[in-house]
Amino acid sequence: MLKILKYSFYDLMRSRWSYVYFLFYLLLGVVLLFLNNDLSKAVITLMNVIIILVPLIGTIFGIMYHYDSREFTELLLAQPIKRSSIFLGQYFGVATSLSMSLIIGLGLPFVFYGLFNSNAIWDFSLLLITGAFLTFIFTALAFMIGLLNENKIKGFGYAILLWLFMAVIYDGIFLMSILYFSDYPLDNFSLIAILTNPIDLSRVLILLKLDISALLGYTGAVFQRFFGTNFGLILSFKMLVLWVLIPTVLIWRISKKKDF
Amino acid sequence: MKKLTYIFILGFLILSVQYSWANTITVCGSCETKSIKAAIAIAEEGDTILVKPGVYKESGIKVDKGLTIIGEGLPTIDGQDKGEIVTIGADNVTLDGFKIINVGSSYTTDYASVRVVTSKNFVIQNLVLEKLFFGIYVQRSQHGKILNNKVTGEAVSEFNSGNAIHLWHSKNIEITGNDVRHVRDGIYLEFSDFIIIRSNISKYNVRYGLHFMFSNDDLYEYNTFEGNGAGVAVMFSKRIDMHHNQFRKNWGTASYGLLLKEISDAKITNNVFFENTVGITSEVCNRIEYKNNDFISNGWAMNMKGGSYATKVINNNFIHNSFDISYLGRMNDNKFDGNYWSTYTGYDLDKNGIGDVPYRPVKLFSYIVNKAPESIILLRSLFIDIIDFSEKVSPVFTPDDLIDENPKIKRIEHDRN
Repeated sequence: MLKILKYSFYDLMRSRWSYVYFLFYLLLGVVLLFLNNDLSKAVITLMNVIIILVPLIGTIFGIMYHYDSREFTELLLAQPIKRSSIFLGQYFGVATSLSMSLIIGLGLPFVFYGLFNSNAIWDFSLLLITGAFLTFIFTALAFMIGLLNENKIKGFGYAILLWLFMAVIYDGIFLMSILYFSDYPLDNFSLIAILTNPIDLSRVLILLKLDISALLGYTGAVFQRFFGTNFGLILSFKMLVLWVLIPTVLIWRISKKKDF
Repeated sequence: MKKLTYIFILGFLILSVQYSWANTITVCGSCETKSIKAAIAIAEEGDTILVKPGVYKESGIKVDKGLTIIGEGLPTIDGQDKGEIVTIGADNVTLDGFKIINVGSSYTTDYASVRVVTSKNFVIQNLVLEKLFFGIYVQRSQHGKILNNKVTGEAVSEFNSGNAIHLWHSKNIEITGNDVRHVRDGIYLEFSDFIIIRSNISKYNVRYGLHFMFSNDDLYEYNTFEGNGAGVAVMFSKRIDMHHNQFRKNWGTASYGLLLKEISDAKITNNVFFENTVGITSEVCNRIEYKNNDFISNGWAMNMKGGSYATKVINNNFIHNSFDISYLGRMNDNKFDGNYWSTYTGYDLDKNGIGDVPYRPVKLFSYIVNKAPESIILLRSLFIDIIDFSEKVSPVFTPDDLIDENPKIKRIEHDRN
């Protein structure tokens, strides 16, 4: 598996798209920091990028890579290599290279800006960590969709739909249900709803740092406990880990059964 | 000339009379007078009592003559939880430089470390009050000064704690340079007019940093309110002038920087509201002028609950607040003009520093949060941004006449001194 991971990783490192991705983040970081002297605004923009763009790119890249390397995968399948290690190797290769582009691309401008001397370092690391998590989650989901769909067009369609659902539609439905059932206590419901969507989960994680004063305005013991203590932070991280683990296990299982 | 000579002689006589009559009585462990009570008993009007360092276990000290009582090297008066410690019941009393501890609390009587009853021209300064119930309690008194005292309580809940500085039915009192912490209300005013509150620090109080009830024509400036249940509460009062104050980090479910309830004709200028859950919340407030304030990183900068008429919000900075304005009810002749909004996205083609597109400070999402508070968890989600945008393009739910016609392009630099 490590060999395949290494191969996928180097393959991607050499590819044009990784550089484009890396340069995009580098440019974004530079523009945000050096052309706009308002750090708080920069962090808010970055948050939007991370919770919207990172999953989108993870999804598209993952599904693209899966379909593109199909011939190579078939070649590998003819060799005496375990199936799970082929697919998991490819998956980890893609996800790692994407996360690296993200972390280095955004990290460099911030390091030059003097991040290590400021106390924003924790907030910023949190941003990058959630970004990396989202990359892993959405690449895994994309691989899963790819494995389940032979048809490229269908696969792409489902992958984009998945992103759209998680990023926009889910929140719409969530809001509607909150408004519709507003006569009932909804604390637990909303927290669970947040935990089951990785994009919302990452958003809340960042909000805990950014808008804590507004979040604390809500009267409710459950929210209070979630936002007011480290409990929220720890639980969110656990859920993110779970969100990586479940699709990875599913890739492993699907790839074992799949007929090529 | 003759007249002048008379005046001169008269003045000289008065001076010499004072000198011949005003004595200084020294109190210390090894002196002739060993207690402050004893010193007061033998003192006469206008005398000075000088208290040397040490611990004086006394309570129920009644100052019934115009005396100057000075503590040298911060002597301690220990009330041993027996109730009221110092009661001032005469005009022209000065109390200076004591540490007063152990008042003892009661659920039926408001015990105070220092109580001033129906007196004029008192000065209470440089006191350190600890282990207290009420700190300095002033009732029906006038023309006094409360300066540079440090009051530190141990309040946990509202019902069994008292206020640090409490004014009731008093007039023309100056409260300057005090530091009040961990009590119920830092400074409390009830039926008190023409009070000046300046350069005080009020922190971590259970209820309010500063609290006005039925008090008119008061001024507070250059104070700092931090981490209180609510920074300042102004209720049922008229013509309060509030400027150059700092309201910081008042966090919690019912926490505000400034709470305004049924007040009118107030001026709120040059204040800084930083990281409060709600910067200002107002209810039924008329003719209030908000000018040159900075609202930075608050949950809600201003929460206006309706019933307000002729409010002016002019030249303020609204920077990185989760919500700038939350507004219930109709506009009622309220005016927003020339503010800087960090979320403003318009342009300025004629380069006059004023945006060419009017700004709508109320977002649809703040309206939704008012209806269903749980939805706060969707803050900054893409879906919310989309519906906010569509609401901005064609307002349906938010008051369409709530507009800043002249939003500033750059942050306004305010004078902070």
